[in-house]
Amino acid sequence: MSAGGAGGLGARLRARLFSQRTVVLLPPYIWLLLFFLAPFVIVLKLSISEAAIAMPPYLPILDWADGLIPDFTGTFYNFSFLFTDDLYVVAYLNSIKIALVSTIACLLIGYPMAYGIAKAPGTWRNALLMLVILPFWTSFLIRVYAWIGILKNNGILNNLLIGLGIIDQPLPMLHNDFSVYVGIVYSYLPFMILPLYANLAKMDESLLEAAADLGAKPWKTFLAVTLPLSVPGIVAGSMLVFIPAVGEFVIPELLGGPDTLMIGRVLWNEFFHNRDWPVASAVAIAMLLFLVVPIVIFQHYQGKTDEAAS
Amino acid sequence: MRKGLHPVTIAMLLFGFAFLYAPIVILIIFSFNEGKLVSVWSGFSPKWYGELLRDPQILSAAWMSLKIAAMNASVATVLGLFGAYALGRFGAFKGRTLFTGMMTAPLVMPDVITGLATLLLFVGLAWQRGMSTITIAHITFSMCFVAVIVRARLSSLDQSLEEAAMDLGARPAKTFLLITIPMLAPALVAAWLLAFTLSLDDLVIASFVAGPGSTTLPMVVFSKVRLGVSPEINALGTLIVLLVTLCIVVAALIFQRQEAQRLADAQMADRAD
Repeated sequence: MSAGGAGGLGARLRARLFSQRTVVLLPPYIWLLLFFLAPFVIVLKLSISEAAIAMPPYLPILDWADGLIPDFTGTFYNFSFLFTDDLYVVAYLNSIKIALVSTIACLLIGYPMAYGIAKAPGTWRNALLMLVILPFWTSFLIRVYAWIGILKNNGILNNLLIGLGIIDQPLPMLHNDFSVYVGIVYSYLPFMILPLYANLAKMDESLLEAAADLGAKPWKTFLAVTLPLSVPGIVAGSMLVFIPAVGEFVIPELLGGPDTLMIGRVLWNEFFHNRDWPVASAVAIAMLLFLVVPIVIFQHYQGKTDEAAS
Repeated sequence: MRKGLHPVTIAMLLFGFAFLYAPIVILIIFSFNEGKLVSVWSGFSPKWYGELLRDPQILSAAWMSLKIAAMNASVATVLGLFGAYALGRFGAFKGRTLFTGMMTAPLVMPDVITGLATLLLFVGLAWQRGMSTITIAHITFSMCFVAVIVRARLSSLDQSLEEAAMDLGARPAKTFLLITIPMLAPALVAAWLLAFTLSLDDLVIASFVAGPGSTTLPMVVFSKVRLGVSPEINALGTLIVLLVTLCIVVAALIFQRQEAQRLADAQMADRAD
């Protein structure tokens, strides 16, 4: 777009308005450096600090007592501690398993929905899209809470199934892994549908027509053309579900059982109940290390859509 | 090519929307339940709404949350707009990769990590924790969501209007204020509303960075829900759903009318040529 010659917008901005550009760029830049990036440096520092009964409850990692060159008094004990106690390893693996299964379930439900909305007649499309977005705007906490009344032993679903004579004992559906899966899939489904829809809606119809003209059956056209072309949407949607789901706290806390171990819950407990800030920081750093790859994949995709847009 | 939807696709749509909306519908129905259970119907009564409006803890937390949400949405919309404009219109600049990274990472970062990290910053700065720290933490992630909405609109805008204004001698700042901002208005309103609801909704980050006397609505709801389900929470949920739906429908109607007006104006202008 900026290739509009000497009169182009980009060239004008570059030539005349360095200062005004800076005025626009600096506030969000400095804000994010200070309130997003700097905190992570502090978490990293704290994860190698020793816990102490003090406020704040940790010791400095550098000791300036003797001379100009400080002694390193930090420790990697917090990280080795994560491996000595089964709790953390099990919580990590369990979080990844739950996030992975939930992402696949979201994809299996979300793909046909996004496909249906993209193929729906124009007048319907916006209304259906609105219906996907609307729950996302209403309180997440209260929507998760609503499932308690549905899934509990004398809840709506059990009462319904007993009333229909399908079961005679209530099924245990709340406070176990099942309810956590339901909660995550329910909460994150719109995040899967929206990027998939964006991808499917702009798909070139002529490719599908060409495949059909060449005699391909509809399902074959879907497998050979639509599905491969929608991979960027699948990747974006999956990352939007998987990454936050790994660190989810509210859903396992409200819908999970006491033994539903997820790493977000462990971090919360280390911080609020055990008041061990260094171990909580080590848990956060370990989680972040695992999530770096999916986050980079997500950003790569975002960058590609940016290029496509400009 | 469009031959209507396949029955299987329609079935999946129906199933998906039932899944998304059944809990909300059930939540609303049982907010009018006479009894204290939220799954067994025992008669119609609006009494839980009365309980809700007499609960001083909920009222003061709601007021706190609304103040934080409004401040958050206003600052985040400005910062997000600037960020989106820089990414969408500035081309290459020094530190762009880092900036892009910082604008997208908060979209997916788990709340527990963001919450802990932000708290540690405030502790390090010896910053008094309370309303201001919650607002700052909310602005940080809200501005990134704002930027996503603004960028989508920005990339679909016709740049020739901005170029024409500059060719006619308007300075970039004036072009930005008089041309770009009005064209972005629908996106900015949507972004403000989204930032507002994101803040109103956040439990985890607020819990980390809150101080004494800055209890927000989700924190009260969370502690009540942990003690057990209550139709009072259903009533609160119903009010939130109603409010949000109303806001979105009104905003959509206003912009539909504006868009129609704009099209009519464009046609008039065409005829005048």
